[in-house]
Amino acid sequence: MSARLSAAFAKGHPALVCFVTAGDPTPAATPAILDALVAGGADVIELGMPFTDPMADGPAIQAGNLRSLAAGTKTKDILAIAKGFRERHPDVPLVLMGYANPMVRRGPEWFAEQAAAAGVDGVICVDIPPEEDDALGPNLRAHGISPIRLATPTSDAARLPTILEGSSGFLYYVSVAGITGKQQAQLGSIESAVARLKAATDIPVVVGFGVRTPDQARAIARVADGVVVGSAFVDLVAKHGAKAAGPVRELTAALSAAVHHAREVTA
Amino acid sequence: MTATTITAAPNSFRTQPDERGHFGQFGGRYVAETLMPLILELEREYNRAKADPAFTEQFNDLLEHYVGRPSPLYYAERLTDELRKSAPEGHGAQVWFKRDELNHTGAHKINNCVGQILLAMRMGKTRIIAETGAGQHGVATATVCARFGLPCVIYMGQTDVVRQQPNVFRMKLLGAEVVPVTSGAATLKDAMNEALRDWVAHVDDTFYIIGTAAGPHPYPELVRDFQSVIGKEARAQMLSRTGRLPDVLVAAIGGGSNAIGLFHPFLDDPGVKMLGVEAAGHGLDKEHAASLAGGAPGVLHGNKTYLLQDDDGQITEAHSISAGLDYPGIGPEHAWLRDVGRVDYTSATDKEALDAFQLLCRTEGIIPALEPSHAIAAVAKLAPTLPRDSIILANLCGRGDKDIFTVAEHLGAKI
Repeated sequence: MSARLSAAFAKGHPALVCFVTAGDPTPAATPAILDALVAGGADVIELGMPFTDPMADGPAIQAGNLRSLAAGTKTKDILAIAKGFRERHPDVPLVLMGYANPMVRRGPEWFAEQAAAAGVDGVICVDIPPEEDDALGPNLRAHGISPIRLATPTSDAARLPTILEGSSGFLYYVSVAGITGKQQAQLGSIESAVARLKAATDIPVVVGFGVRTPDQARAIARVADGVVVGSAFVDLVAKHGAKAAGPVRELTAALSAAVHHAREVTA
Repeated sequence: MTATTITAAPNSFRTQPDERGHFGQFGGRYVAETLMPLILELEREYNRAKADPAFTEQFNDLLEHYVGRPSPLYYAERLTDELRKSAPEGHGAQVWFKRDELNHTGAHKINNCVGQILLAMRMGKTRIIAETGAGQHGVATATVCARFGLPCVIYMGQTDVVRQQPNVFRMKLLGAEVVPVTSGAATLKDAMNEALRDWVAHVDDTFYIIGTAAGPHPYPELVRDFQSVIGKEARAQMLSRTGRLPDVLVAAIGGGSNAIGLFHPFLDDPGVKMLGVEAAGHGLDKEHAASLAGGAPGVLHGNKTYLLQDDDGQITEAHSISAGLDYPGIGPEHAWLRDVGRVDYTSATDKEALDAFQLLCRTEGIIPALEPSHAIAAVAKLAPTLPRDSIILANLCGRGDKDIFTVAEHLGAKI
């Protein structure tokens, strides 16, 4: 597990994890949007790799994927965006998130090597479950990149050890059985799920899916190690296009204030 | 070196997939974590069902009395004579058809839907979803849902909704809700994405009836098993009628369920060659749907298989005149059978399929669907090259009623 990811969860407060799609609306616009996330207080960046068929995503992120591909975003552009980010922000962890096919197209060793060279800390692949770990996981681990797995409301006690085996960085709890950007789960169910996950692992547990506002993020940050916000940022990019950096920074600042101080409020 | 160490061929071609759902390097379970417990449970339940004589009995009973099986095996005498006209002396194989277009709902799709809805009910699921391209699988799914009284939601690309209006109306008559999908090119691939999104949000009560021998394990296996009734019947019928096995099997391939259903029971008959026919659309150098001929291995919709894709792994749009073949992938068992060399694969263009469509209408009085018209086009090329006493058996997997508007448009006729 990368030192940057460990450090992000050792700051003494819950972490804000922010997702945007690489190349949305254009590859040239993405670096400023990522800088805005950092300036607003994001602790971990999730950089989405666009795919023609984002099966687990709702309308907002589907549209972001299509905007990016329509702008001509290639895998090499995404790796260049990651590399540029690493040069500007040596300490902020960057995680690539996406679907298997663009990751394995040139072979898993090629992807792991390129991602490592670009300074990527972790990879979340939506459609490589533990059963298919061979397709990418061994190469990521060999290059010091954390394969970050998902746990869901359908992950029962029997399933959890399978998910945790070979995963590192953090565990991403998908709080609703469904697609991204839709409804949010009841806080009570999130709290009990996180407690169950934390009893099974020492790696940080972050919660995502359906989290859009500082109030929602604050409530989750009281019980989890981190909170993921995605569709709300993608919506801002959809609305403001190449001028999205300002609004993205404002939303990030509001979210990070809520998340970073969530436990002080309850204390 | 001994013979056993130099041969790459397995002892049997009928033992795939392995316990992880892999056909060689293909297949597998590439799905979101939310779906994993569900497809593991489906696998367990399917294994229990296979071992349960009551399940098999109910399946067979429905196939006989509801679907109308066994379907006939038919010697196409006039087509055979027609193709012999262009054959060299002593050549011109006999052409036989497995008549799965005579099934209830007009295609082979219903075989699989009967099996899957029985599984759904065993699992206590109360809501059915499916994707459809041409609408044949949608109609077959809506049919079994009406038969068993389960609510049914069919995802169908908006492009296909427009070009397959009669089937949209059929599904609605049968009580299904048809949801037009507007993402992507709004065809079969996009319908499958949307069905997966529905499934992941309704894992507790919903069963996804996948229409072809693709998707995450165990779907490719169970769809193949349910469709294998085609090949089992054909094998017994051919032996009974001619006292021998056919020389070549031919079937059209989109996802490949009718082809694997015909081929699988013959895979360990070394004298039986097999030919799968992909859709070459406007031509293999232009827009087409031939994932084996023009694709590369990749991961989509739950399995690893050959896919039409660019250098970055983005999926490219398929094209075929046949909505049922208009898909950028292929079932993983076909990918494996191609790579181990047990089955040959070729392709037929839109134009060749249209010509074959008309040829069968005129010579045999049978209006085929555009999907098997691709197989007939390959038969028309192959038959004159084989000796007169050889036998080609092709799967006539669907009837053409649904396609007459498309064909009329391409022939410049107004209906």
